[in-house]
Amino acid sequence: MARIGTIARRTFLIGSAAVVGGVAFGYYAYKRPAQNPLLEGLDSGTAALTPYVKIDQSGITLITPRADSGQGAYSVQAMLIAEELDVGLDQIRVDPGVPSPAYYNTALSSEAAPFRATDDGLVAETTRGVMDAMMKFIGMQITGGSTTVPDSYDKLRIAGAVARETLKAAAAQQSGLDVAALKTANGAVILPDGRTISYVELAPIAATLEPVQQVQLRDPGAWRLIGQAVERLDIVAKSTGIATYGIDLEVEGMLHATVRTNPRRGGPMNSFDASAARGMRGVVDIFEITGGVAVVADNTWRAFQAADAIVFDWGPAPYPAQMEQHWQVLSESFNEDHLDSRRRDEGDVDAAMSGAEVITAEYRAPYLAHAPLEPISAMVRVAAEQVDVWAGTQIPRLLQSTVADMTGFGVDHVHVHAQIMGGSFGHRLEDRVVREATEIAMQMPGVPIKLTYSREEDTSHDDTRQIAMARGQGVVRDGKVETFDLGIAMPSVIASQIGRLGFPVAGPDMQIVAGAWEQPFKIPNYRVSGYRAPELAPISSWRSVGASTNGFFHDVFLDELIHAAGADPMAERLRLCWHDPSRKVLEAVAEMSNWGAPLAANKGRGVAFCMSFGVPTAEVIEVTDTPNGIRIDTVWVAAEVGRVVDPVNFENQVQGGVVWALGHAMNSEITYSDGQVDQQNYYDFEGMRHYHTPQIHVRGLENGDHVRGMGEPMVPPAPAALSNAIFAATGQRVREMPMHKFIDFV
Amino acid sequence: MLDEQNRAKECTVKLTVNGTEHEVDVEDDMPLLWVLRDELNIKGVKYGCGVAQCGACTVHIDGVAVLSCQIPAADVDGRITTIEGLGTTETLHAVQAAWIEYQVAQCGYCQPGQVMQAASLLSEIPNPTDAEIDDAMSGNLCRCGTYLRMRAAIKAAATKLQEA
Ligand code: FES
Ligand code: FES
Repeated sequence: MARIGTIARRTFLIGSAAVVGGVAFGYYAYKRPAQNPLLEGLDSGTAALTPYVKIDQSGITLITPRADSGQGAYSVQAMLIAEELDVGLDQIRVDPGVPSPAYYNTALSSEAAPFRATDDGLVAETTRGVMDAMMKFIGMQITGGSTTVPDSYDKLRIAGAVARETLKAAAAQQSGLDVAALKTANGAVILPDGRTISYVELAPIAATLEPVQQVQLRDPGAWRLIGQAVERLDIVAKSTGIATYGIDLEVEGMLHATVRTNPRRGGPMNSFDASAARGMRGVVDIFEITGGVAVVADNTWRAFQAADAIVFDWGPAPYPAQMEQHWQVLSESFNEDHLDSRRRDEGDVDAAMSGAEVITAEYRAPYLAHAPLEPISAMVRVAAEQVDVWAGTQIPRLLQSTVADMTGFGVDHVHVHAQIMGGSFGHRLEDRVVREATEIAMQMPGVPIKLTYSREEDTSHDDTRQIAMARGQGVVRDGKVETFDLGIAMPSVIASQIGRLGFPVAGPDMQIVAGAWEQPFKIPNYRVSGYRAPELAPISSWRSVGASTNGFFHDVFLDELIHAAGADPMAERLRLCWHDPSRKVLEAVAEMSNWGAPLAANKGRGVAFCMSFGVPTAEVIEVTDTPNGIRIDTVWVAAEVGRVVDPVNFENQVQGGVVWALGHAMNSEITYSDGQVDQQNYYDFEGMRHYHTPQIHVRGLENGDHVRGMGEPMVPPAPAALSNAIFAATGQRVREMPMHKFIDFV
Repeated sequence: MLDEQNRAKECTVKLTVNGTEHEVDVEDDMPLLWVLRDELNIKGVKYGCGVAQCGACTVHIDGVAVLSCQIPAADVDGRITTIEGLGTTETLHAVQAAWIEYQVAQCGYCQPGQVMQAASLLSEIPNPTDAEIDDAMSGNLCRCGTYLRMRAAIKAAATKLQEA
């Protein structure tokens, strides 16, 4: 496997640099050097190096720049480096690194470009290049879009291989032996006579050598780690309660804060009366911040209690006050004035429908909160010389510049300490909690301020998933789906989210049609239109973003047409699908579920398919129509991911994503009354619990030539498969989420 | 007036947590959750909802699972065990060992509460059925959706404990 050409083309040159007592290996940006975060304070001519491997006298550290919000990203990244470096996962430490523009995420920008993941044409590749350049410009060290694995897959393995070969060169120099005679294992170079020299011992010599660039990546057949289930690096800490999250931080002299801002999101605060709160025990200060009030106290609970005792007069929301009005806005957006994209337009839809019997349907998907179990928090200290930010975040680099702007410090004086996250699902792509903590900390110089949201504040002030509506029209003929026309209306997630981060957004927002327009089906007359509704309540990326709503719309409407045609749902999807890897996941899920086998009269099965984030994913769900309601019995999932890095972590992720998708589809929504979110806590935003949970069988296929992440693609098909299964069991078609408005679940 | 009420509410609370005695001077309605977390710095006890909806705050009082957000510290009568006292990395409780073996955790934030709930379940019902697991565990939310692995781990721990 000669991979050198690939390496050179992508400019993955791995450099090295001396660090105190050792060496660091990392990504070398050959054009405009990005600043190296580990060389701070050292004068070195190699400031262009951004390390992935650091070996010093304290041991071997692998730097894993993508955040871990629970998906095992640290372990996966460490496995990729360790595979080539020849170290055991028990011999290394993992450090999430510090924000640096050189850890930029190229895979994410590929997903933002308006090309189908199935489209490998030259134009697509070129545009991906443009997006990559922009991403680098912004320096987005972002964890999102299921990009951790694809972004890391080559880079981290190459970094490990270069480090290994350079350490061998160091051993050759020290021992006087030919490098070809040397082997590596367990963090050491092995000499022909069996003696070993540890990497730690060799590190100072390696630092003086030119890194070996002529490396070959291991053949998959020789892998020790990739493809194996390894014990997750954080699993013991997370099973024994010693894992420390951002909300658990405790430092000398810290104070606890909480905030109240207008529940009519973005509306003004007319006045507040804190006279009762000020006298409460432990309250240190209460003052106005942007959009509301901060309470600083000596204990989190006391801060919460005091905040509850403040009386507010809030102004109106900048968006419609009542939920019906939000739906009305979407309903009025299905027209040419709001047309945002129509990149799928094959055959002649209008001609095919004229005079034909047209099947129509309308679908809805609600706003949804992220509600990770750890309420959001951030700690900030503004000292004389520097600012420290401790936060669980998916955007460390952006936080650094935001806080620098706010405080007037240079970015190199703003230190972001990434914390373990108690879930994110897109929530920690937002920076509001850090901005607020910074504002409070600026009022109290030198004091570390830990800002914690109450669950109620978090639920009611989330930048939620988009609401979306879709309208389908279709024609079937001779047992086949002949015409499929789907219009989707939603406000732009990207404009709302990136706008809040201060970046301008131009051009169509492909998230409006993601999970629908790029599906690998060949239908004679096939059109998908995205309608961009005016901005409503603030929205943000929620696990699988646009596809979380559109996967439901596209596949349920397809299912309706297939049933109208009298075809078998599996066979007709297979007939329509032209993309071989996608056909394989449909075939796999059919085989796993024994599709077509006879079922008891009160049972039903639905299949759904969605390609999102480049991952074709098919799911079959079986439900029972019990006397008390629908019971979800079993889910089968097959997905094409190119390479399963860790099968246990993969299964856990997929099962969790299905639980996530089905829980919200069953029973969760965020609604507005009088401009305020109606839901406050898990009693009215519940998701799935133990007793609801079906059996979930998972298979990862490895036929594709791209490596894809699996944080999100299992989400879009699940609600569709559930709706399709309910129809099969009961004849009732559920076109709106949450489904518990129409169906009882048991 | 509020000041007076506040003063009247203050009290000295004696707690035994993981075998260590503590004395704190707090309001008589401060939930055990916050006394453990913010006064005693025992952070394995998690805040998730504060209103008995998530189970993240589950501790044992005399071996029985209790939601620490629901009981004022001043009302606790019994020995408190948190996840830190259930077992350590050297002396794992059977439930923790099973949680590691089955690689249950994703973000892990719910897991201290889940482990405490499961340990309490197995001390009451050594060999629980699926329905008994559902009953005991359904108050503990996992937003990452690790329920199937937990169920497998509970059954494995049950087997281990019965062999022991
Ligand atoms: S914090 Fe006690 S049940 Fe959620
Ligand atoms: S593992 Fe994240 S909430 Fe359970």
